Amino acid sequence: MTDAPHVPVARRLLANRMFLATCVACTGLAVCVLAVLIVSIMMDGVHRLSPDFIANFASRKPDQAGIRAPLVGSIWVCTICALTALPVGVGTAIYLEEFAKRSRLTEFIRINISNLSGVPSIVYGIIGLTAFSRFFGWRAGSEPIELGNPESLLYLRLPFGSSVLAGGLTLALVVLPIVIVASQEAIRAVPSSLRQGALALGSTRWQMVWRLTLPSSLPMVMTGAILAMSRAIGEAAPILVLGAPLMVLETPANLMSEFTVLPMQIFNWAGRAKASFQEIAAAAIIVQLAVLMSFNALAILVRQRLQQPLQ
Amino acid sequence: MMSRSASAATTSAARGTPIPRSARDRSERVVKSVLLSFSLLSIVTTFSIVAVLGLEAWGFFTGFPDKPGIGILPFFTGTEWSPLLGGEQKFGVLPLVCGTLLVTVIAGAFALPIGLVTAIYLSEYAPPRLRVVLKSALEVLAGVPTVVYGFFALAVITPALQRVSDAFGTYNALSAGLAVGIMILPIVCSLSEDALRAVPQSLRDGSSALGGTKFDTSVKVVLPAALSGIMASFLLALTRAIGETMIVALAAGGLAQMTMNPASQVQTMTGFIVAIFTGDAQANSVEYASSYAVAATLFIMTLALTLAGTAILKRFREEYE
Repeated sequence: MTDAPHVPVARRLLANRMFLATCVACTGLAVCVLAVLIVSIMMDGVHRLSPDFIANFASRKPDQAGIRAPLVGSIWVCTICALTALPVGVGTAIYLEEFAKRSRLTEFIRINISNLSGVPSIVYGIIGLTAFSRFFGWRAGSEPIELGNPESLLYLRLPFGSSVLAGGLTLALVVLPIVIVASQEAIRAVPSSLRQGALALGSTRWQMVWRLTLPSSLPMVMTGAILAMSRAIGEAAPILVLGAPLMVLETPANLMSEFTVLPMQIFNWAGRAKASFQEIAAAAIIVQLAVLMSFNALAILVRQRLQQPLQ
Repeated sequence: MMSRSASAATTSAARGTPIPRSARDRSERVVKSVLLSFSLLSIVTTFSIVAVLGLEAWGFFTGFPDKPGIGILPFFTGTEWSPLLGGEQKFGVLPLVCGTLLVTVIAGAFALPIGLVTAIYLSEYAPPRLRVVLKSALEVLAGVPTVVYGFFALAVITPALQRVSDAFGTYNALSAGLAVGIMILPIVCSLSEDALRAVPQSLRDGSSALGGTKFDTSVKVVLPAALSGIMASFLLALTRAIGETMIVALAAGGLAQMTMNPASQVQTMTGFIVAIFTGDAQANSVEYASSYAVAATLFIMTLALTLAGTAILKRFREEYE
């Protein structure tokens, strides 16, 4: 810094104050945006909220329309997504952190996961459509194979078509990188002295993972899982590509039922010109945000309840 | 057989009796291969993405010989995109790329400076309590589904812009771009803040001891030290902006045109894919096939940005021990 020009102290102090003012202004702007967002949605939609709005199906008449089908659809899709993405994601993280030796393959898997997290969700929608809805064109043009009774809970149809199962699996692809990365961080946070202790006592790697690493990293894994699910429940683009119908008048009966989700319903209503549809879109957003807030609150609760200090 | 020996291994281990080594090794191998197959699923996903997009895009380039002006070169250099006009279909992707870039540039111009300055404030200036409050506010913003920002663009931002100038229509690039900017703001902010906080305290102390003001320390010492992490956060945010779908589908419009005028409506790559999949295009039609070529272009662009981000982090990371 020998060639740095001499700047008078007063100027530097002024720069300091002006920068602080800029900082406060920017932060204030960010907070204001959040406030305007929440207040405007509340003002638009809160008077549309009612028990009927939750219990009714979609309708051409905004006054009678409700979000029963998308709400139940979101729960189905999110459950399927959790049941598939969490075991696979946590399993991958365990493999990478506890079992894998440093090799070309593991390095490739790592880079691949970071690339997958950058893929736009609409691209996952296209892959889900090809892989799950159409089985890569298998039996294209002929009738799907049916297994079981269409009325029963265990009914299956191959390929899956635009069913709730295809939707859940597609969202699982979207959130898988998030689950893996969060679980990896959780597992890495377990002190290695604990692992060495377990191994020194003669446990195998898997015994060590099952009895020690997993229980101690569980709060962080759960937190990551809940945040991943809140991402899944807010995704509309992949579901849109799968071809969810505009108006669904029943809740899913089994994995092959057609479905829609809350963000899709919001998209449908928000895109219409009529002001009353804008209002019910805002009301649906309030429900969606309430669900997300409860997810976040759950994550915080889990973190606090289960967290035990490790040393 | 395998599962029986696995459960036998755990129960006898609980009693503390020794288990035959071979049984333990066998169950260990089973578990390890199951976990390995889980991690290989991520590679399968990538290969399916590349294969599906590649094959279908190839099908679009070569599968319609009776239609003039379709091919790799006209696709990547053409400046007209009108796939839905029955008589005169034109498939040059540049207007869609231009629309995507316009929205992304607006979003970046809004979110990157504000996000970075907010991150500096949170990491260097804010009192701890305020920091906790602001960080949780940002977490709320980060969790909001993008379709909500799309609604916000239509219901709040566009009417506000129309009050300022008559040039803005119902659909315009500026409104969509600002909404995308609000969406990526928490990403820039929290990742840049992580990078700033990772700079060791001793550097700040050194700067203060030499008589640096807080501004000198933050901007001339901490910021350069955290630059690689900040650049990576910028690239990640821009990747999200390029791939963002629901906001542009609601607020940007549906007319693909080569323009850098923020008041005009534009169609982005993602916006076109939405238009195809929500419209009534036949599954074997040329406009349907073109959406795969557009998706492939989108995938290549985001992949390039992600790889650049990883490379920057690896290459320019400053290690402090």
